[in-house]
Amino acid sequence: MSAPTKTHPELSAVFNKDEERVNWHDETLWWIRQKRDKSANSIPEWEVLREKASQIKSNALSNLAGYLVSFEEKAKANGIIVHWAADAQEHNQIVHQILQKHGIRQLVKSKSMLTEECHLNEYLEKQGLEVIDSDLGERIVQLAKEPPSHIVLPCIHKKKEEIGDLFHQYLGVAAGTSDPQILTEAARVHLRETFLTRKAALTGVNFAIAETGEFVVCTNEGNADMGAHLADVHIACMGIEKIIPKRKHLGVFLRLLARSATGQPITTYSSHFKKPRAGQEMHLVLVDNGRTIQMGREDFRASLKCIRCGACMNTCPVYRRSGGHSYHNAISGPIGAILAPNLDREKYADLPFASTLCGSCTNVCPVKIDIHQQLYKWRQVIVQEGYATSAKKMSMKIMNYTLSSPGVYRTAGKAGRWVLKYIPFAVNNHFNPWYKQRDMPEVPKESFGEWYKKNVK
Amino acid sequence: MSRDKILAALRQNQPELVPLPAAMPLERVEILELQAKFKAMAEGIGSTVHLVDEFAAIHPLITARFSGEKRIVSTIKELVSAGIPAFEFDSDPHSYEDVDVAIFKSNLGVAENSALWLTEDQMGIRVLPFITQHIVMVVPLSAIVPDMHTAYQKIGEAEYDFGTFIAGPSKTADIEQSLILGAHGPRSMTIFIYA
Ligand code: SF4
Repeated sequence: MSAPTKTHPELSAVFNKDEERVNWHDETLWWIRQKRDKSANSIPEWEVLREKASQIKSNALSNLAGYLVSFEEKAKANGIIVHWAADAQEHNQIVHQILQKHGIRQLVKSKSMLTEECHLNEYLEKQGLEVIDSDLGERIVQLAKEPPSHIVLPCIHKKKEEIGDLFHQYLGVAAGTSDPQILTEAARVHLRETFLTRKAALTGVNFAIAETGEFVVCTNEGNADMGAHLADVHIACMGIEKIIPKRKHLGVFLRLLARSATGQPITTYSSHFKKPRAGQEMHLVLVDNGRTIQMGREDFRASLKCIRCGACMNTCPVYRRSGGHSYHNAISGPIGAILAPNLDREKYADLPFASTLCGSCTNVCPVKIDIHQQLYKWRQVIVQEGYATSAKKMSMKIMNYTLSSPGVYRTAGKAGRWVLKYIPFAVNNHFNPWYKQRDMPEVPKESFGEWYKKNVK
Repeated sequence: MSRDKILAALRQNQPELVPLPAAMPLERVEILELQAKFKAMAEGIGSTVHLVDEFAAIHPLITARFSGEKRIVSTIKELVSAGIPAFEFDSDPHSYEDVDVAIFKSNLGVAENSALWLTEDQMGIRVLPFITQHIVMVVPLSAIVPDMHTAYQKIGEAEYDFGTFIAGPSKTADIEQSLILGAHGPRSMTIFIYA
């Protein structure tokens, strides 16, 4: 059992050396992917929905400036204070200033991948403020001093015994507790106390409606609502690409989001914040941080359609066997590998290579982003710009622990079975669960072994 | 100023205007048995559903189920009695910290996912549907629509300060994907559908 004080790189290394854990991680995510399939297949018009969602997002992106102006105007008229941040630094400063103005030193936060992207927690902690993450998975990784390893399932890499150790150390549960029910109850008690005593709450935003100036936050736990409705100050932070034109478009996106993420028909809560509660102050921070640049890259623009459902991660054979931390970026998985090089080509040159290009991500994406094609295009850009050496070095490392760990690619027979079971593109026969799915990707004309040799040399 | 910089960069970089698609057709391939579908979806995500012939049948069922609970509040006037006190407004949301059961009326339920729509004026106070240990929702059968498209068609241009779709008790599966009901919000959700 890893001690909870271990650092993130140490834990990552442990994760990737431990064959059993890698298999468990792989199978857990595959199971979620299967729930997504079952849910999607229960909707006869699923493909029409995906197409509509993609087209609505195309429209939103093509008129984003106009929609942002309209959103701002409506939101202001609704009594929301709107801020604009060019980058992560400005975003963090804005949040800090709001808290300072109210003399607040403690913040309760619900899930927001944007604040992970901006490293808000570290920033505020350096200024002497305390931030408590209230999503259970995020609280767990926060106690473990790790970043989330998945955008929807932040502690998917953690075993319940490790969580028990953390809760023993920090929340006083009995040593050796690993029952999820008891651990969840302990977190409920701890976080309820937090919700009741914090004067400021920060939430993310899933959708912001240009037509009405309202924004929608989706959670299963109810933590965003508990925080926001008890606090005197609510700060909501969003990337500028979260805008959709009309309220009725939520019908399309709310049908797709939870089904794609976990297979649920909808999240437990889909809360529409239009005006602050009487006596409450509500802030909304609109963040660019590289999005306007991505907008200008025709090949990668569509990545801004992402609704952060996590389906591309759950289905990705490389993500499933390498874990979110191996992507060394707030957003991991296939979509993270497209978004990251936009911000720093050198630092993230390796990520577009952490893919088999099997296309499974593209097939499940609810907004029809051509994910694997964009990964392929980034590789070309990275090679052209001369970052290929470091990319290959890094990709070598990732592929090594992903695909060549003992037992994974050890013997022909074992490898054969693994490939059949978990590499979707390899073989088209009845052993391959992909074969039965309508999401069956195009089959490349090479074997896994050939692909592997070609790609990591 | 960042605002103007961002907007200028977007105007520079965003593509030619792409038109919005036509709305989703409202006729589904699947003909939904609304009530049965709603009930199956609700039970599938951990809610308890009672189908009752008339509104009057709801009160005794609530008292039978929750008689052991200390603080019950009803935002539905017609259900208030000696055993079920009326919701009383206090502008401090923290004062509802010890609510065990809160009762609400929804006028919109969605069969495809069993979500029930509540707006702030139906909640009494925003925090109540979340802070209560157990939530009870009462919805007329005629308020159930097939899917989210028809739901938003019904919401239309409605004015609300805050509104939410609630589907089931609060839940988490963050610990090894074990589904646990009662994450931060209600531990249970009981739905009464009356004809
Ligand atoms: S890229 Fe598509 S599949 Fe991946 S998280 Fe975004 S919306 Fe979901």
